[in-house]
Amino acid sequence: MEASQFKSNQYVKFCPGCGDHAICMALQKAMAQVSVPTHQTVVISGIGCSSRMPHYLNTYGFNTIHGRGGAIATGVKTSHPELSVWQMTGDGDCLAIGGNHFIHELRRNVDLNICLFNNRIYGLTKGQYSPTSPKGFVSKSSPFGTVERPFIPAELVFGARGTFFARTLDVDMPTTVDCMVQGHQHKGASVIECLVNCVIFNNGTHNWIADREMRAERSIVLKHGEKMIFGKEKDKGLALDYSQGVIPQLIVVSADDERVLTHDATTPDPTLHRMLAMMGQENDTTQPIALGVIRNVEEEAYDTAVNQQINEVREKSKAKTFDQLTASLEQWEI
Amino acid sequence: MQKQHVVVRFCGDSGDGMQLTGTMFSSLSAILGNEISTLPDFPAEIRAPQGTLGGVSGFQVQLGTGVYTPGDQADVIVAMNAAALKVCALGSKFNQKGAQWEEKESMFKRDAVIIVDTDSLSAKDLEKALYQTDNPFTELGIPESVQIIPVALTQLTKEALKDMGLDNKSVLKSRNMFALGLVCWLFNRPVDKAVSFLEGKFQKKPQLIAPNVKVLTDGFNYGQNLAMNIQTMNVEKSNELPKGTYTSIAGNKATAWGLIAAAEKCGKRLFLGSYPITPATDIMHELAARKDMGVMVVQAEDEIAGVCTAIGAAFAGDLAATSTSGPGLSLKGEAIGLAVMAELPLVVIDVQRGGPSTGLPTKTEQTDLMQAIYGRNGECPAVVLAASSSANCFDYAYEAAKIALENMTPVVLLTDTYLANGTGLWRIPQLSELPEIKPQGVLEEHTGQYNPALRDERGVRYWAYPGMEGYEHRNIGLERDTKLGTISTNPENHQQMVLARQAKIDQVANRIPLLQVQGNANSDTLLIGWGSTEGHLHAAANELGCALAHFNYINPLPKNTEEVLSKYKRLIVCELNSGQFAGYLRSKIEGLHIEQYNEMTAQPFAVDRIVKAVNN
Repeated sequence: MEASQFKSNQYVKFCPGCGDHAICMALQKAMAQVSVPTHQTVVISGIGCSSRMPHYLNTYGFNTIHGRGGAIATGVKTSHPELSVWQMTGDGDCLAIGGNHFIHELRRNVDLNICLFNNRIYGLTKGQYSPTSPKGFVSKSSPFGTVERPFIPAELVFGARGTFFARTLDVDMPTTVDCMVQGHQHKGASVIECLVNCVIFNNGTHNWIADREMRAERSIVLKHGEKMIFGKEKDKGLALDYSQGVIPQLIVVSADDERVLTHDATTPDPTLHRMLAMMGQENDTTQPIALGVIRNVEEEAYDTAVNQQINEVREKSKAKTFDQLTASLEQWEI
Repeated sequence: MQKQHVVVRFCGDSGDGMQLTGTMFSSLSAILGNEISTLPDFPAEIRAPQGTLGGVSGFQVQLGTGVYTPGDQADVIVAMNAAALKVCALGSKFNQKGAQWEEKESMFKRDAVIIVDTDSLSAKDLEKALYQTDNPFTELGIPESVQIIPVALTQLTKEALKDMGLDNKSVLKSRNMFALGLVCWLFNRPVDKAVSFLEGKFQKKPQLIAPNVKVLTDGFNYGQNLAMNIQTMNVEKSNELPKGTYTSIAGNKATAWGLIAAAEKCGKRLFLGSYPITPATDIMHELAARKDMGVMVVQAEDEIAGVCTAIGAAFAGDLAATSTSGPGLSLKGEAIGLAVMAELPLVVIDVQRGGPSTGLPTKTEQTDLMQAIYGRNGECPAVVLAASSSANCFDYAYEAAKIALENMTPVVLLTDTYLANGTGLWRIPQLSELPEIKPQGVLEEHTGQYNPALRDERGVRYWAYPGMEGYEHRNIGLERDTKLGTISTNPENHQQMVLARQAKIDQVANRIPLLQVQGNANSDTLLIGWGSTEGHLHAAANELGCALAHFNYINPLPKNTEEVLSKYKRLIVCELNSGQFAGYLRSKIEGLHIEQYNEMTAQPFAVDRIVKAVNN
């Protein structure tokens, strides 16, 4: 299918220069690539800039209420597992008001493709700090800087036993599309964290990697089965250092070092995935931030299991209709 | 002794199996042709300390003919221990030092028969139940007109089972069967009926049949050999019920089955999103067990997710429901608003309990009426129904599903603890005799042109859902354009949409039954009620010789409401709150002059109190 088939007739109203424009295009491309027909594709969102996305996609869509997209998407997918269900959410919608639904859709491993737009700010309510804003962040609701510790979404995903985590950047279209496609192919809850720029309230928040010059040096795009190599000259690699006490540390080594790791997104044990996802946060310039599909593990999806159990019980049971059910009651004639 | 109806109360420690004994006796009576109405009354604690006042669990049943309620006060009491005896004698004053039997407080009548386990009246038992003396009957001031049947229940049960090789704990657990046997004798129930009933009950635990049958039979025989002058009672068979096949059913189960029937009738899958909350959880239990009927239940992470998963399933084309109680309804408010705005069919069941806040989770009240009608932001009309008996929870759950699917709206169904846990006789319907349900669909001409603002001539929007090719659309909780279905902030458009949402609910009045008056329609006085109080009000109206208008349809009201009410000089709205329905009626009918009778005790009405209040 073509990306244009997934474009709705609505005028896209993201601010000029907003990273969401790129994510919207990436979504249309990814949907075209996986080619689930528009009438079998559902996009659910909560509230926020990210949650406007369904309006711009020519699929079934539902722009719901703040924070609840995860629960509503769970209802759609569980009741109709044959549908391809996407959830559009942001750092406020997903990690603050919708936090409970987020961890439980991950715990249950509902087969959803969750695009988490992280711009580290509340945009639609005009500029308050969010659960991912760095400590000390000055905003309208934190005029003296926040005193809160932020969430790192990946850490929360692993804590909730997530089976798929990818991270991408609004300005990196190929990686974004690839993460979305892989997220779709993964059976279970797939979280695709999209680092997006809010041009109005938090401009440049991801500049340290969004900037082309810096990106090659400060980020690594992980690919399953490939060596963990990065840098403008592809001269650096990631390795585990066992010399720093009991817990091994990820370190940057020369690309030709034999210790350079090969990425395996499918290991059930999340330890290394977590280490990779936690690299290069905040002001840590010693390590790159990991992009691409970091974790991609197959486990039974909730929606599949629920439907399977119903089918099994139904097959075994003698009573399948209301009249058969009532016939089994203790009853008498009056 | 021949009786039209009698009230029996089984009362014991929460571990004594009183709910089971009561349920068995009720079902047995129903099988033998009595009408029944039951009221379980158990403490909130799962297991309070044994023998204490806080741990007393009761089960009351009225049986006979012309039975509308579980009865105000008992004719027969089975008290399994000292604490139970005290609670029954003193009613709500059981905790007051030095309190004595009073007719208006007591759970039993002045001429009641009390079967009491004398083995459970030892000094230690009396101390646990906070008695001051060693003679409980005198201390409680139980009048002499009450006939006491002292039975060494524990000892007799032990003797009955001495050759069965059971451990002491299992033996003690069978005491309730001895009591049941005695009650069967007291009411001239053929013991073989009770035995075969027991056998059916323990089908899955056959090792329990023989000991229970033995104790039951011994209890029955003990009664026959009682060297006391106790008159046994014959209770009249029902002569009011229409012919048919009956079972006894609790309100929560009936509610669940109403939804199951509706789903099958219209060929949709039933989806329940819910979160455990007393006293609604049994609905979820029942539906979770009905995977054989294809029912899907999601036990969500919270109340909000309960309703939201249901909204997701409704968006995807299912018959979707959520079940909760008052606190949960508060949490669901915003999402119900979304379903109103998105115009999706949704059944919301609120099994009301004592509030506000956590309130009295195991008690009954009619205090969520305003919340059900108005408890959402914006002008947010939804249909509100109320069931009025345990059995008709089935009918109104079915009706709620039908109205939701045919009118693309959330429907709030109000039941309460009293209906949910109580049981009554239910005539089992065949699916074929239930009214047709025609869920709203789309028109073929909408293919490629569909949007979620398209409405039929009734003002009900057409329903397309994922999987339908050519009907892709975006639904929203934001205000939508009346024509395009897309987001709109246009002022006139909003006004039109507010009116359209209201008009859609109003037109439901065209398809609901007119209000019927019960009792003496020619009286000057009209009692008015809604929901679970119908039985009590019906019985009160009969005693008073007045009329009763009872409402199951709250929003919209039946079309003839004003006309019916205008025929009576004296209107008295009776409800278990401080006047919510009275206030609602006043807001709907200008210049309406009504009196109120309100109880806020988190207990069901007593017929007697209503009659007294109206006569005063």
